[in-house]
Amino acid sequence: MSIEKKMVTVYIMGEPQQVPEGSTIIMAWEYAGFQLKKGIGCREGFCGACATVYREKGDYKLKGGLACQTVVTDGMSLVQIPFVPSEKPQYDLKNLEPNIDTFKELFPTIFRCVACNTCTKACPQDIKVMDYIQQLKRGDIAAAADTSFDCIRCGLCALRCPADIVQFNAATLAQRLYGKYLALRSPELENRLKEIDDGKFDAEIAELNNMGHDDLVTKYYSRQIKIK
Amino acid sequence: MYPDYMMESIRKVEATRPQRLAIAKKMGKQVFPSMTEDEREHILTTYHPDYKKDARKELRIGPNKGEMITNEVVDIMESYPRYKSSDLDLSKVDYEVDVLVIGAGSAGLAAALEAGKRGVKTLLVTKLRLGDSNSMMAQGGIQAADQSDDSPTLHYLDVIGGGHFDNKKDLVEALVMDAPKSIKWLEDLGVMFDKNEDGSMMVKSGGGTCRNRMHSTRDYTGAGICRVLRDELYSNGGDIKYLEYVSATDLIMDDKGQVAGAIIYHIELKEYFIIKAKTVIIATGGFGRLHIRNFETTNHYGATGDGLVIGYRAGANMLFMDSVQYHPTGAVFPEQIVGFLCTEKVRSLGAQPINHDGELFVYPLEPRDVEASSFIRECEEGRGVSTPSGLKGIWLDSPLIDQIMGEGTIEKNLPAMLRQYQRFDIDIRKYPMLVFPTLHYQNGGLEINAKAETTIPGLYVAGEASGGVHGRNRLMGNSQLDIIVFGRRAGINAAEKVLAGIELGKLTLKHLDDYSKEVEKLGIDKKRISPLILPDYIPDHIKAKQMTQEYLGTLV
Repeated sequence: MSIEKKMVTVYIMGEPQQVPEGSTIIMAWEYAGFQLKKGIGCREGFCGACATVYREKGDYKLKGGLACQTVVTDGMSLVQIPFVPSEKPQYDLKNLEPNIDTFKELFPTIFRCVACNTCTKACPQDIKVMDYIQQLKRGDIAAAADTSFDCIRCGLCALRCPADIVQFNAATLAQRLYGKYLALRSPELENRLKEIDDGKFDAEIAELNNMGHDDLVTKYYSRQIKIK
Repeated sequence: MYPDYMMESIRKVEATRPQRLAIAKKMGKQVFPSMTEDEREHILTTYHPDYKKDARKELRIGPNKGEMITNEVVDIMESYPRYKSSDLDLSKVDYEVDVLVIGAGSAGLAAALEAGKRGVKTLLVTKLRLGDSNSMMAQGGIQAADQSDDSPTLHYLDVIGGGHFDNKKDLVEALVMDAPKSIKWLEDLGVMFDKNEDGSMMVKSGGGTCRNRMHSTRDYTGAGICRVLRDELYSNGGDIKYLEYVSATDLIMDDKGQVAGAIIYHIELKEYFIIKAKTVIIATGGFGRLHIRNFETTNHYGATGDGLVIGYRAGANMLFMDSVQYHPTGAVFPEQIVGFLCTEKVRSLGAQPINHDGELFVYPLEPRDVEASSFIRECEEGRGVSTPSGLKGIWLDSPLIDQIMGEGTIEKNLPAMLRQYQRFDIDIRKYPMLVFPTLHYQNGGLEINAKAETTIPGLYVAGEASGGVHGRNRLMGNSQLDIIVFGRRAGINAAEKVLAGIELGKLTLKHLDDYSKEVEKLGIDKKRISPLILPDYIPDHIKAKQMTQEYLGTLV
């Protein structure tokens, strides 16, 4: 892509730099000459490593976003936030129960939520963060797991929270409790595990293991495709 | 939003959509015929990037000497270590452990959890943060034959046919037979699989699968798994230690030929540390950031093939490093997301690949190499759509999904995709996505057996860094499975070997000096060092001022 680009000025830690229009924040840092080592990850919006805050020209607001997903504007001020310190309770999922008491014990800070909605406004995934905190306060773990599902643990909610709640860690626990205790289990899976233990497929697999190349090719191309 | 000239092509896609929708809605009928063996062979040899005349060159050093290997892999192998053995003092050990796990994607996390559970002293090291990996980015699903109309045998056939019958059979058996219990293991740790109201698994098909066997957690399947494994490690009371921002730059051996640890490099403090370990598990993932043949990649920033280099230098054999996986559907528009993954689940749910003229030209779920080759054919033969920045692509007709599966399907099952495009003002429920193959996966790697062992005593490999499981082409959903199956196997087997008793001899780095001599004989410039650790996207005019432009992968 060697197209002549219009340049814009961004301020990287206060220092003015010319970068191509349309760059994401990550691309802007790199264009200016930085090889990033922290505050960078998957570069596709899935890992949450590059959460950052910025200000735009003429705007008093401090905004947040993922540096790999946010396009720079002329006059934008950029910083890096390589890490969000957060308290992480220790637990063994096997010893927990999926109820409100678990959260009272492990995440007492969620009960300090003042419902200001700053977390929701800060979320680059547009998750209703405050809503799932309220759901947890009501002990509705299934709802909280669902609402928070797309969380990528970037930490911007916790960074902005005036009540010092670490929302994303609470979300992870809600999801794990739901997955382990509340989701209905699949009867087919249990059945298949038993069949494997009973050796039901051993002979068929051994036959494939011993089959010559040509027979295997024939068997593969003649298999029935049954897709629903 | 799409510019006007691209909208003209979209109108052609819309014009043929009702007819294609009608075929898709006919139960049991394929929307386009699958290719025969000969047709597959022809399209691969004509259009797949691996078959281009200059894609491979002879590797002149190490266990695979004399083989034709992907160019960019040869370059990182024919490079110098970052130091001479005399630069490091192996008598001053910084960490001494039983099991050292290198890499903290899902394979490394699974390995560390299994080893740690067995009471052996386990240390996990990663060059970025725990969980920063391709595992976290996987979208579409994880395969397991747990449905009543399916079997591990059918799964086996799909794996080996997709891999062009090159796969190691003992690894395929391990993969498919362990699959259902891997799903169970993940559920017990709290992974939230997509389910129907009665608790049955919501399963979809994938490229090259003969049954619906793709389990998912929306289109955040990798994250849905990896974040749970990471949380388990974070929450374990500190039994399993981990170090972040340290990169393993070489293995340490002992005088009996056993692996004996690793040298790690702190990427910010620039200090080297010595880890003595009775066993080492390489779980460093793949090589997308080498940008093979200048392709854009779906891969994580850290996917530079480091584990491959350090294992190979220590004498481990590689398999299938002549083959590269290009995912058929990488974004080519808008420019900010070029190369990003558009999950195969988009096609599993009914989206069809359509050319510039509005024609469906291939069965949407061929194995990835075949599907990707057909996209390249369309573009090379003038039936692709050009972007303003000069790239070409074909349409992935996503609006079909809600029309086939019902309103709201995209919102519920593809939230990541919907969000990705909405950020750039494109609604994939209304408009198709423009895609082209993107560098996605390292099909081969360091050779392992079903215990995840290499030929070096004490050295294990799991996940994308390993070779043999997928032959020369991996199917969708088998990587998420691979990392759990072989991650766990590596952790369990390494721990059991430790418990059975390992006596390490005198530590040595002689293999590095021997290797360096060989590299030097080839006349390679001293500035070419590996592993790369991180890629470098600084523009050339700045690099010239930094005086780093001649390095292959700068990190100083």
